[in-house]
Amino acid sequence: MRLRFILSEIGIGLRRNLSMTISVVLVTFVSLTFVGSAALLQLQIGKMKDDWYDKVEVSVFLCPATSPEPTCAAGEVTDEQKAAITAALEEPEIAPLVQEIYFETKEQAFDSFKKQFGDQSWAAVATVDDMNSSFRIKLTDPSQYEVVADVVSGKQGVESVQDQRRLFDRLFLVIDRATLLTGGLAAVMLVAAVLLITTTIRLSALSRRRETGIMRLVGASTWFIQLPFMLEGAIAATVGSLLAVGGLWLGVEYLVTDWLGGTVSWIPYVTTADVLTVAPLLVAAGILLAAISSLVTLSRYTKV
Amino acid sequence: MIKFENVTKVYARGARPALDRITLEIERGEFVFLVGASGSGKSTFLRLVLREERASAGKVFVAGKELGSLSSWKVPHLRRQIGAVFQDFRLLPNKTVFENVAFALQVIGKPRHQILTTVPDVLEMVGLAGKEKRRPHELSGGEQQRVAIARAFVNRPQILLCDEPTGNLDPTTSLGIMRLLDRINRTGTTVVMATHDDEIVDQMRKRVVELATGELVRDQSRGVYGSDR
Repeated sequence: MRLRFILSEIGIGLRRNLSMTISVVLVTFVSLTFVGSAALLQLQIGKMKDDWYDKVEVSVFLCPATSPEPTCAAGEVTDEQKAAITAALEEPEIAPLVQEIYFETKEQAFDSFKKQFGDQSWAAVATVDDMNSSFRIKLTDPSQYEVVADVVSGKQGVESVQDQRRLFDRLFLVIDRATLLTGGLAAVMLVAAVLLITTTIRLSALSRRRETGIMRLVGASTWFIQLPFMLEGAIAATVGSLLAVGGLWLGVEYLVTDWLGGTVSWIPYVTTADVLTVAPLLVAAGILLAAISSLVTLSRYTKV
Repeated sequence: MIKFENVTKVYARGARPALDRITLEIERGEFVFLVGASGSGKSTFLRLVLREERASAGKVFVAGKELGSLSSWKVPHLRRQIGAVFQDFRLLPNKTVFENVAFALQVIGKPRHQILTTVPDVLEMVGLAGKEKRRPHELSGGEQQRVAIARAFVNRPQILLCDEPTGNLDPTTSLGIMRLLDRINRTGTTVVMATHDDEIVDQMRKRVVELATGELVRDQSRGVYGSDR
């Protein structure tokens, strides 16, 4: 009796304020979509870091025949200079950071250059002597780049040291900014959602003042009076959060996996599985939203 | 059953008290008329018993509990022992007679089988058998008040509070309502009825408590409406 009664009360309440209920659903939908997008952007960064940081190396470019760098004043790198660089990397405090070193000759560099850009007209003028020979260092921990770079840079025969991570950092910065923007929009929408749910519950409580008045009079307990209103808000917010999950799922499936994945395929993208990871968080956020709004409103409008 | 000890109720700071140092005791099973002009404090008295208001000073005891120290989560349990009937009936227009009465039991969590047996009983008792499926607007004023009384009495409260229950009804209909209240009183229920209806008070010859501008001016067993008659 109790459960059926509460459910029918909720049904009446939701139908009576149908337009308000729909607006609550939509606002939670939009706000949680933003929240979810922010989370997915961060997951995307994580994925790219995982994937790329394993592959990146520190490249120590050695002096070619002519170079304006002061460390290259002596001309093309000599074997003694190479030996000194290798020795520096094998020092006991550096060695544990280095996973693997290999040497790339000018010829190998020229080959891979040809392979990559050979069909471009400007690439035809390049010669083997325009290439740098280099040490490619794979680090055990990519974040220790600075330590390794300090050891080799400035040594005679080293033209420049380049960490490939630096190239990605700019991309990550862009995504981070995008996350911040989405997060900011999400915050604004969440405030709107709380205010709207609050108003909806208040309207609902006012439109059922007769009923709640009688309930108080005959001794219904406070939770019994308030529960239908709370559940109304919670149901609307849950529907909104489920819509947000659905929207994100579709967005990832069609925009990211199908479209982006089809166009630029070398990036590891977030998948619909990631959306499902975020989903419980979004639903929880929706319910929390409704709970906060209920607590704020109900204590005032359905006092015993 | 109901005891007031030096009870004062002031609504707004500095205003004249709605009730001024009232001391009064109503025994179990009594029938008491509460009379007095508008604004004399009758409704405040009933609101204090229901604990819709708290006394500003003094102590109110209802069914053995001191209401000033009763925590608010226990108030619903207090109200389950009190039925209340009003001049404006306060029925739910979109529910049938049966549903209106059943509502009082549903919201305090009574099981379905109990509702299905007690509601027809109480409707029979108030004389509304056969009208279970009507809606309030299809009933006369007297019948609507009977529904309200059925709703107040369906949980067998120890106390029935009536705030001018015959205020909107003609004399004949009022008489029927009074017979019903008298029957309820005979089942052992304490009835407190605030009223302006001198004919009814004079006919019933019950205890009369008169209030004037918040003060208790008369408490007379088997009394009449006006003290000067």
